[in-house]
Amino acid sequence: MSWIDIAAIDDIPLRGARVLKTAAGCVAVFRPTEDEAYALSDRCPHKGGPLSDGIVHDRKVTCPLHNWVFSLETGEAQGADEGRVDTYPVRVENGRILIDGTALTRRHAA
Amino acid sequence: MTKKLVVIGAGMASGRMLEHLIAGDPQAYDITLFNAEPRGNYNRLMLSPVLSGEKTYEDIVTHDDDWYAENNVTTRFGEKVVAVDRDRKVVIGEKGEVAYDKLVFATGSNPFMIPLPGHDLPGVIAYRDLEDTQSMIDLGARPGARAVVIGGGLLGLEAAAGMAARGVDVTVVHIMGHLMERQLDESAGFLLRRSLMDKGIKVLCSANSKEIVAGDDGRVRALMLDDGTELPCDLLVMAVGIRPSTALAQEAGLAVGKGVHVDDQMVTSDADILALGECVEHDGALFGLVAPLYDQAKVLAHTLLGVEDRFVNKEVSTKLKVTGCDLFSAGDFADAANREDIVFRDPARGVYKRLVLEGNRIVGAVMYGDTGDGAWFYSHIKDATDVSEMRDTLIFGPAYQGGASADPLAAVAALPDDAEICGCNGVCKGTIVDAIQGGAGDLPSLKATTKASNSCGTCTGLVEQLLELTLGDDYAAPAAQPICACCDLTHEDVRRLIKSKELKSQPAVWQELGWKTPNGCHTCRPAVNFYLLADWPLEYQDDPQSRFVNERKHANIQKDGTFSVMPRMWGGITTPDELRAIADAADKYAVPTVKVTGGQRIDLLGVKGEDLPNIWKDLNEAGMVSGHAYSKGLRTVKTCVGSDHCRFGTQDSTGLGIKLEKILWGSWTPHKVKLGVSGCPRNCAEATCKDVGIVCVDSGYQIGVGGAAGMDVKETERLGDAATEQEAIDLTVAFIQLYRENAKYLDRPYKWLAKVGLDWVQERVVDDLDSRAALVERFEISQSVYRKDPWAQHVETERNRYAPLADLTLEAAE
Repeated sequence: MSWIDIAAIDDIPLRGARVLKTAAGCVAVFRPTEDEAYALSDRCPHKGGPLSDGIVHDRKVTCPLHNWVFSLETGEAQGADEGRVDTYPVRVENGRILIDGTALTRRHAA
Repeated sequence: MTKKLVVIGAGMASGRMLEHLIAGDPQAYDITLFNAEPRGNYNRLMLSPVLSGEKTYEDIVTHDDDWYAENNVTTRFGEKVVAVDRDRKVVIGEKGEVAYDKLVFATGSNPFMIPLPGHDLPGVIAYRDLEDTQSMIDLGARPGARAVVIGGGLLGLEAAAGMAARGVDVTVVHIMGHLMERQLDESAGFLLRRSLMDKGIKVLCSANSKEIVAGDDGRVRALMLDDGTELPCDLLVMAVGIRPSTALAQEAGLAVGKGVHVDDQMVTSDADILALGECVEHDGALFGLVAPLYDQAKVLAHTLLGVEDRFVNKEVSTKLKVTGCDLFSAGDFADAANREDIVFRDPARGVYKRLVLEGNRIVGAVMYGDTGDGAWFYSHIKDATDVSEMRDTLIFGPAYQGGASADPLAAVAALPDDAEICGCNGVCKGTIVDAIQGGAGDLPSLKATTKASNSCGTCTGLVEQLLELTLGDDYAAPAAQPICACCDLTHEDVRRLIKSKELKSQPAVWQELGWKTPNGCHTCRPAVNFYLLADWPLEYQDDPQSRFVNERKHANIQKDGTFSVMPRMWGGITTPDELRAIADAADKYAVPTVKVTGGQRIDLLGVKGEDLPNIWKDLNEAGMVSGHAYSKGLRTVKTCVGSDHCRFGTQDSTGLGIKLEKILWGSWTPHKVKLGVSGCPRNCAEATCKDVGIVCVDSGYQIGVGGAAGMDVKETERLGDAATEQEAIDLTVAFIQLYRENAKYLDRPYKWLAKVGLDWVQERVVDDLDSRAALVERFEISQSVYRKDPWAQHVETERNRYAPLADLTLEAAE
């Protein structure tokens, strides 16, 4: 693993998200609570909606296009919908968000 | 032979004791009652309501002359007791002696007067009895009167608030850093101070009094502080504490410490002399609050009657009797190593709750702003309940206990009796429950007896819950649709409870109304966010994270994740310069589609999210603002050209459309709102299928509401006619505000109207002019916050929200 410092946790509004541009495509970085961050592919498997524009509640996000709900922890679609979004390891340390660069590269290579 | 009992002091404790004694055996004693005040027993606790004018002296008398006569109590009021001769067993009054077999000291306490220079000047009083209260009432009758209160404790603040309510200019001087420091910590003290300042009371903390200054007339003129500040006053009230009144007992040779020593049977060091109330010391404790005094009264009466009983000192609670300052405090707050605090704060609502725990028991509770659960906490303090099982949710009160199987009726059950359920007819919970218990067992009969839910019907759900709560299994409520799986309440219930419980933040809604999720979901959050900002425009801060992306980013998201940008064109009017700026922006940001909309404006479709602030800035610079084409709010006001150009036009429909749009723009509503203004009945602006459609006629304006041209197509219904343009505007604004305040989120006006009925709306908007004016005023208050261009604001302060968090594609390739 190679941890890359991407931003301060406060750069993302509480219960909000921002987009991280990577060679593997756009990654949505979520902040569901004060000191937690999750990274998921910013593309809903249903119709490609930008998950970073969804409403964040509990540890879940609702896609803005057709209200599919995904777990931020597993990337799994919730409820009746079936599908999964790629997730990326993220750590929060001293108020900074670190993302696993290896995981990003691996996904790119694959 | 009947024994002789003499009682010295006619305070609350002695009054209660006499009741118990006479109830126990009316023949047991021949009673004589001395009182230095020229009157009998009255409820001293109620002096503050007398001062504030809520009660009169007659209201607070507990025993009148007839009572003493009926019960053969010889009264010697207005007569001081000079001495007690224990050897001869006589009480020596100013007007003669009385012999006793048993004697009761109920001499109460004296207010402590700080021995400042000038403390004995005329115009310097304590707050202790009716005379003091009367002095303060008299002061209120003098125009421009000023008062200083020394002491920011319970009594001092009640005195200050009472005088302020009578128009006196009051300053409170408190030596400690914050008010009521014995009951409150700093933050709660701050909240209290703020509400007092809101009442116009000045509050100086950490202020040391130095000297009371006399005027030329020899009366008090000012209080001087040790920093040299002079606070001019016509009356100075010292409310810094009380001292047990023990001089007489001491002279009689009884054992006296801080107070007159008594044992568990309330007997002093002399077996024939008993004592109770604020003058006694029991097991090291002194007493200032009424609850233990009443316990003492019962024990003392029992002792006199030879019934075995024992006084046990229990925890007590206190409430500040100042209207608008809701404060509760009970138990003990002293910091100690083995004590822990649980604190809940809601700054937006001004609510503060603190519990002090020792082991698994609550030993102290203080609440500010929301004291509804005070009695519940107090009972746990008294009963020393083991609270370890409910510790996690303890601070949220009884509505939250009981674990996962949360009772959907808990929120309604927890409402106080005076909580307003039906806003239309001003019906409180207590009235409804009384009616149900009186036999009104279903909704129709409740409507008939109380008028609750008889008008707009939005409180029906709550009324049904009350039926269920009161009648239990006997009542089968029709199933109502909750907002979402996060809670058991309907939209209408939540709206009503937000108002009646004065919930002013989302966490408050989640907590008080029993949300089952930590912070809602995409269905309830936007609704709750809207309800809060519509009901509390000045207090609630809009939460972008509780908005659908369109309203969060002020642009409509498209199927490919790009956005549409639509500048406002007031009343559908534009200029060559604006059109050029729109064309330039379309070029600059490579907008793939430019479309003219049905609402008379131009839509730029396919703008990238990160370009939004840039294109807005360009459009702002050309004088254009957001068209809110994305919002549950005012969209457009479609107009025809009206009397300016059209040969049929009767009024300036374009001008009215522009005026309406400039008044209404930026306001949030339960769903989108579209208006139309047509200059004549030919109706070129298609006003009769809008949410509000105005048709100009020769005699004025016809205002229709509740039209639709979407999923449903519906013609407007006539709200009313207006003779002048201003009246047409007022009717429109009042209608929209009524809709904002009452409709369910995502109900267009026509759906809401179908529920509440046009009559109900007309009563409030057309017929009742005061109600119309109040609606317009509330709309304007809300617009003072929201009538602003969100594009300009986001360009200024939110720009980075639209940019990527970071761009790792720019990192050197590995």
